Amino acid sequence: MPDLVTIDRINKWHGSLHALRDVSLTLAPHQRLVVCGPSGSGKSTLLRCINGLEAHDSGQVIVDGIRLGTDRRTTCSVRREVGMVFQSFNLFPHMTVLENCMLAPVWVRKTARLEAEELARNYLERVHLGAHAAKYPSQLSGGEQQRVAIARALCMAPKIMLFDEPTSALDPEMINEVLEIIMGLADGGMTMVCVTHEMAFARRVADRIVFMDRGEIIEQGTPAQMFDAPRSDRLKAFLSSILTGSA
Amino acid sequence: MALEAEVPRAAAAPGEAPVVARTSYFRLQVWATWFVLVSLLAWGCHGLRLDFGYVVQKLPFLLGLRLAPDGFIQGAVLTIFVTAVSMVCALLVAVITAAGRLSDNPVAFALATFYASLFRGTPLLVQVLIIYLALPQVGLVLGGLASGLIALSLNYGAYLAETIRSGMMAIPSGQQEAALALGLPRWLIIWKVTGPQALRLIIPPAGALFVSMLKDSSLVSILGLWELNFLAQSYARASFHYMEMLLAAALIYWALSIVFEIAQFRLERRFARGVAVAGRR
Repeated sequence: MPDLVTIDRINKWHGSLHALRDVSLTLAPHQRLVVCGPSGSGKSTLLRCINGLEAHDSGQVIVDGIRLGTDRRTTCSVRREVGMVFQSFNLFPHMTVLENCMLAPVWVRKTARLEAEELARNYLERVHLGAHAAKYPSQLSGGEQQRVAIARALCMAPKIMLFDEPTSALDPEMINEVLEIIMGLADGGMTMVCVTHEMAFARRVADRIVFMDRGEIIEQGTPAQMFDAPRSDRLKAFLSSILTGSA
Repeated sequence: MALEAEVPRAAAAPGEAPVVARTSYFRLQVWATWFVLVSLLAWGCHGLRLDFGYVVQKLPFLLGLRLAPDGFIQGAVLTIFVTAVSMVCALLVAVITAAGRLSDNPVAFALATFYASLFRGTPLLVQVLIIYLALPQVGLVLGGLASGLIALSLNYGAYLAETIRSGMMAIPSGQQEAALALGLPRWLIIWKVTGPQALRLIIPPAGALFVSMLKDSSLVSILGLWELNFLAQSYARASFHYMEMLLAAALIYWALSIVFEIAQFRLERRFARGVAVAGRR
């Protein structure tokens, strides 16, 4: 099967900061990629280049056979097939949970309202929030809001899901309810890229882990290779800092 | 108000003041105090030994219930007409200007800032006079009504544009990003996501602008338009009933402003969906 995402030597500058340096990456269907690394290493930037929220300055990004960065319309058609979940949820506060989930299917996919509502209720049920459809985001906890955000993305039936530190803004007791949903998706065969600091989750869900530092991919491999036999000094240092930090 | 009881997590969003619930006792005291103040005002007016008969006689004209001798509307009805038309035009001008202010296009940005600076930096009265009295000198003759409408629209359009711009800029960028990530096109994001949220912030200052526009519409009386202030002054001059006529005009302006404020309050409540739920306890 052809790769869903092909990233070929992309570079990205934020002003004078070289945010991504010659980063190359491929993602096959059903693959679950976890990107980790210290803060400011370019993980989120890489993720945002996959759906064109940030434009890369050189190299190329091909998603689902479409080359990004040519014009606005192709970017839009890529975004339809790529779901994204943000660190800060970014639910639309003036819409109910149900309306949040129906907006894109109705207006972008042109799904009939009744059908879109059924779809939305279905996905809300899957993230265990079926009873909260009529509430506004401000009435929900952080964990619940993030699960709505996941349902909202799933309603577009995306081919790929991008998670940008989905649990970093959550209170500790709410982290697991969100990770369980993501693991459920992974077990169902969803292709995904996840930026996270949750190493136990990474080990459990990833079939490949990419370690980034200062805009470069330093090392990649299976969770076992990465956690049990890290090769580079930078990954070793990162792992030891994380393990002492969480122990 | 049924929502007050059922909100479990009442913490206000960061950066937003919690809305304090008003008890019915509080409201009762507010109404009572208002009643006392209005009574005092009425008693004071009564003490002036005004000629109420004259006010009653001229009231239908002031309110605009009768047409002017030339068959055109007059009085408060003309005031409302001028305000309403200027409001719609100002809104149109303001949206276009705000779009220019938020645009990446340098020419659009320059046009918008130039216009806003020019019309915010000069007095409305001078603008009215330039359009009505000075433009004919270069061959552009506009009637009193047209001049008044153009001056009010352009002047308030400039202020309203800034209000709209600041409202749009106050929406967190994450809202735009989430909508983009769902594949929504830009116009739809403004229509469905950022616009409605910005409206909540725009309505209170815009309402204040419209109330102020209602009152500034009295400036067009110098163009010979028979609106409320013009009629009040002419009747006053003719009969030397200045106190009666000007107080009556003031009261009518006040009543109209209150109607505007009520409309603004209703709109505010409507666009506070989602936020109000968290705020009302």
